[in-house]
Amino acid sequence: MTVNQNKNENKLTYAIEGRIDTKTAPELEKALEGALEGITELVFDFAEVSYISSAGLRVLLKAQKQMNKQGKMRILHANDDVTEIFEVTGFNEILTIE
Amino acid sequence: MKALDVEARVDNLDAVLGFVDEQLEEIGCPPKIQMQIDLAVEEIFVNIANYAYQPETGNAAVCVETDAAQQTVTITFTDRGMPYDPLAREDPDITQSVEERQIGGLGVFLVKQTMDDVQYEYRDGMNILTVCKRIAAWEGQA
Repeated sequence: MTVNQNKNENKLTYAIEGRIDTKTAPELEKALEGALEGITELVFDFAEVSYISSAGLRVLLKAQKQMNKQGKMRILHANDDVTEIFEVTGFNEILTIE
Repeated sequence: MKALDVEARVDNLDAVLGFVDEQLEEIGCPPKIQMQIDLAVEEIFVNIANYAYQPETGNAAVCVETDAAQQTVTITFTDRGMPYDPLAREDPDITQSVEERQIGGLGVFLVKQTMDDVQYEYRDGMNILTVCKRIAAWEGQA
């Protein structure tokens, strides 16, 4: 997994490539820690995400809980397989997936 | 039928996935189904690695069986850790709001959702968890 971060004033975008799994999710969690201060719009670009497991879902849920207090969070361009994982876990109802 | 016996550590997840994927590739498993099986393998193996032997360590055996006639792949996980039936755990309520949703408990739920059959038994001092997945568009000779 690689994470490309782009900050533009209060908007923070993470373009993620690869697998968000047990081994890589902690890296994403670490990248988010402290980075959300003052952020009102958090975007995850999932165009290049090939796989997500519960470890990745946990990081997204934690980020969503944080962003609910201070702004918006969106997930863009998730592929069909990843979208299905969001659907079976009900994450499509609690996250904004576009 | 092929089996892999490894120390149940998260560091060995890649070895386990490599072993399983090798069998799936032999039978021409479609990528989507392979992804779902990888997901189930990750969730189960990581649970064993994190909880089965705590605070000590032990091994886990992963056995892959392909059945061309039934067009199924059956994967069995065996450990000698403390007895634990992951299927006894209540499913998370996926209709809850973000605030209510708990961080955790999703792994086993994902396994149940993506596999066609999941069975647990405790026998001879072993936790035995078996998942079965039907493979549409079976190509290989098993």
